[in-house]
Amino acid sequence: MFSLKDKILAEEIVSKIKKEKVNLKFMHVCGTHQDTLVKNGLDSLLKKCGIEIGQGPGCPVCVTTPKEIEEMLVLARSGKIVTSFGDMMNVPGEHESLRSIKAEGNDVRTVYGIEDSVNIAKENPDREVVFMAVGFETTAPTTAAVMKSDLPDNFSILCCHRTIPEALKAIIEMGEVKLDGLIEPGHVSTIIGTKPYEFLSKDYSVPQVVTGFEPIDILMSCWMLVKQIKSKKSQVENEYKRAVHKDGNTKAKKILDEVFEPCNVKWRGFPVIANSGLTLKSKYEKYDARIKFKDLLSDIQEKEFHEPEGCRCGELLRGLVTPLECPLFGQACTPETPVGPCMVSIEGSCNIEYRYSEK
Amino acid sequence: MCLAIPGKVIDIDSKTNHATVDYGDGTKRKVNVSLVDAKVGKYVLVHAGFAIEVLDKKEAQETLNLFREMLSAGEDD
Repeated sequence: MFSLKDKILAEEIVSKIKKEKVNLKFMHVCGTHQDTLVKNGLDSLLKKCGIEIGQGPGCPVCVTTPKEIEEMLVLARSGKIVTSFGDMMNVPGEHESLRSIKAEGNDVRTVYGIEDSVNIAKENPDREVVFMAVGFETTAPTTAAVMKSDLPDNFSILCCHRTIPEALKAIIEMGEVKLDGLIEPGHVSTIIGTKPYEFLSKDYSVPQVVTGFEPIDILMSCWMLVKQIKSKKSQVENEYKRAVHKDGNTKAKKILDEVFEPCNVKWRGFPVIANSGLTLKSKYEKYDARIKFKDLLSDIQEKEFHEPEGCRCGELLRGLVTPLECPLFGQACTPETPVGPCMVSIEGSCNIEYRYSEK
Repeated sequence: MCLAIPGKVIDIDSKTNHATVDYGDGTKRKVNVSLVDAKVGKYVLVHAGFAIEVLDKKEAQETLNLFREMLSAGEDD
């Protein structure tokens, strides 16, 4: 019922776009959108229609910085049980990843969600358990809900949550990339709604469409963007109405506000982006691993971390290059031997390109 | 990371705020429903063990028709 398919309609949308004879560059910020685009060959189909679509910084795992990974590595090496989503495990910090130090005997565990991590803490009352809380607005409410529950004292989080609208503003203001329209992430938007994107259309005249994840959703979204551009409009439209309401999920937003406050944070490939991160409010600092284990993590705060040599993930996340433009792609960098995060995460552009390309 | 999967709410334990969600492929899972107003029989989007939104069945059923209307409206421009 929620899986929409209609081949004839899809062909009609494509033919409509073709007739407009456009030459446009759109950006989306979601690994699931990238997966739909590449898996179904929509990226090359749309290119033939004059629309190029790049991923941008839309993969929470990919934009997590080497410094944050190093923080987790230090915590693991000090004997704590560290937990995170599976996608995070292979992402390299400066040299090592959570998975590689697990092989050294450190207690690193993959969890499906934060509640699994809390259960590990309850089962191991004599050990400290840290959850690496990565993710955009889709995931942050799950952390917030758990923070408000009855938590064991031996549980804490390393908060790495980030928010999308501020990153989009940064991309636009950096001005490095031609951006004719934004395909906004459907599941982030189920939480935040459509309003937080409005300033981007108003202040920077960027057309935007909040978009679902079926091939037909993306095609329709492209058509809606083309229509806006042709009629010289820039506004936020909602293509994904079956899941996204204008005000988003008000219950989740309220919990987010109660638990977190915005902070400035660096994104991989970007400088520090103002107010683009979430940090725990002082009421919850007991569960903030950066405060709880301040002494252990203090050395890292001063240290400079470098990207792996030759890796173009930073430029890729800023929408400047495609995976195929990186000399390491498919050579030195593969899902088995990833150099950069975009090849590690199943939501990273390079990993997606590698999986679906003809090898 | 932001992947979310729709499933039908089978039962709800209001004490723990957890529900059993059926994904329609034989998979059932316990899901935290504290972020939504879940009701038995409704469809929810599940992400990282939490229902993050209740899906609008009527809106979903009408989506393709709405798309068709939007496309034909474009022809009048």
